[in-house]
Amino acid sequence: MIETKNVYKTFGNNEVLKDITTQFRPGKKNLIIGSSGSGKTTLLKCIVGLHEPTTGDVFYDSQNFSAMHFRERVPIRKEIGMLFQNSALFDSMTVEENIMFPLNLFTDMPKSEKLERANFCLERVNLEGKNKLFPSELSGGMKKRVGIARAISMQPKYLFVDEPNSGLDPLTSILIDELISELTQEYNTTTIVVTHDMNSVMGIGDHIIFLHGGEKWWEGTNKEIAHTDNKELNNFVFASPFMKAAREKL
Amino acid sequence: MFHSLGRYLLLLRLSFRKPEKFSVYWDEVMREMVSQGLGSLGIIAIISVFIGAVATIQVAFQLSSPLVPQTIAGSISRDSTILEFSPTISALVLAGRIGSSIASQIGTMRVTEQIDALEIMGVNAPGYLISPKIISGLSMVPLLTIVSVILGLSGGYIACIVTRDIAPADYITGLRDSFNPIIVTVCAVKSIAFGFIITSICSYFGFYTSGGALEVGQSATKGVVFSCIWILFADLIISSTLL
Repeated sequence: MIETKNVYKTFGNNEVLKDITTQFRPGKKNLIIGSSGSGKTTLLKCIVGLHEPTTGDVFYDSQNFSAMHFRERVPIRKEIGMLFQNSALFDSMTVEENIMFPLNLFTDMPKSEKLERANFCLERVNLEGKNKLFPSELSGGMKKRVGIARAISMQPKYLFVDEPNSGLDPLTSILIDELISELTQEYNTTTIVVTHDMNSVMGIGDHIIFLHGGEKWWEGTNKEIAHTDNKELNNFVFASPFMKAAREKL
Repeated sequence: MFHSLGRYLLLLRLSFRKPEKFSVYWDEVMREMVSQGLGSLGIIAIISVFIGAVATIQVAFQLSSPLVPQTIAGSISRDSTILEFSPTISALVLAGRIGSSIASQIGTMRVTEQIDALEIMGVNAPGYLISPKIISGLSMVPLLTIVSVILGLSGGYIACIVTRDIAPADYITGLRDSFNPIIVTVCAVKSIAFGFIITSICSYFGFYTSGGALEVGQSATKGVVFSCIWILFADLIISSTLL
């Protein structure tokens, strides 16, 4: 289980995260939602160690990740898969090389086995046969799927996803959400998704944390969110007339 | 300034941590050697031939006196080519060619979160990205300098044939006259130092890029400018120390 305890993060005089204490459900899809600038991505980066919390700690299965040195973190990092907002595929490598990259560095598998694993991951994201393409030759949705394939290549225990639907059409967004959902079940990963896409929130949010002004404002499930009387959360979730109308029908 | 120096030294220390897997790093070194070495061969060849030719013509012009033997032009061209033109001018050109490429490549990886992706995987990003470039620079810049010396001296010979300011035979005799091997040592030390300066400084500016495309361009420019300044400074230090 991933836990944060009293996490604060400041950049200069700007306090981005304030006293975030929460637990992310193992084997579930945990969503961090909030408006732009509310600290979602900063919280995610603190959890994966790309930012160090100013104060407070992050725990992975009761091990204090924040207190570990770079080398001590490596065993945990090998269990992490992450999909970035812009996919962050390595430009100089083909799709296949991108997926095989962590396998090359951290396993002693023979090349044939690594290729087999890469092909399996590509099939899993419905991109079979795209092995030799470079990231520049892929569409936005395909890049996201290759990013997911790379994230699952090491069979991660923890899956982190930053804005999986940004820049995608509604249909592709749903496909990506479904894929995240299936992979969470398949690998029993603790999945943490940062999003402000309401379809994702209602569709896959097993456990939702709402951030407002850098603070944890609300926590619950996607079923509870429709009936909450939290003003800020309601303003965020039901901002559009369409969502307001949908709520009235619930 | 001390803050930047400290960050630069820390980055260098991180770059030379034990690799996660030697074979993967070795592949990167080879890729960099091809990119830096073969990729820069053309521009170094063109510049060296022309500089060698021009240097010989100018020395011949300045020493056109019946009291000065013509062979001296060959000796001066040789010494100036080996001591200064080949290592320093090649390094300044390579700072533009290799340095900007390194800074913009690493800078782009930074702003597109590719470096974050490496770190998430547990890869020592400075080690994986920077150490192969420095190792390649330490080997390729001296090799390119050797090529530059050979082509520079050949350029001088071609200038003798074309202009007839100096008899080609006198030029060859001048090249062989009173040769002091220390100039080769100085040339080797300079080229190794310059290779390190170009690759490490440009990697530093690329690695600490933040922002977007505009900042990547600025990092590349800063990398080249600082490399050139440090090349000239190191040139002065090495020349005054070894000669």
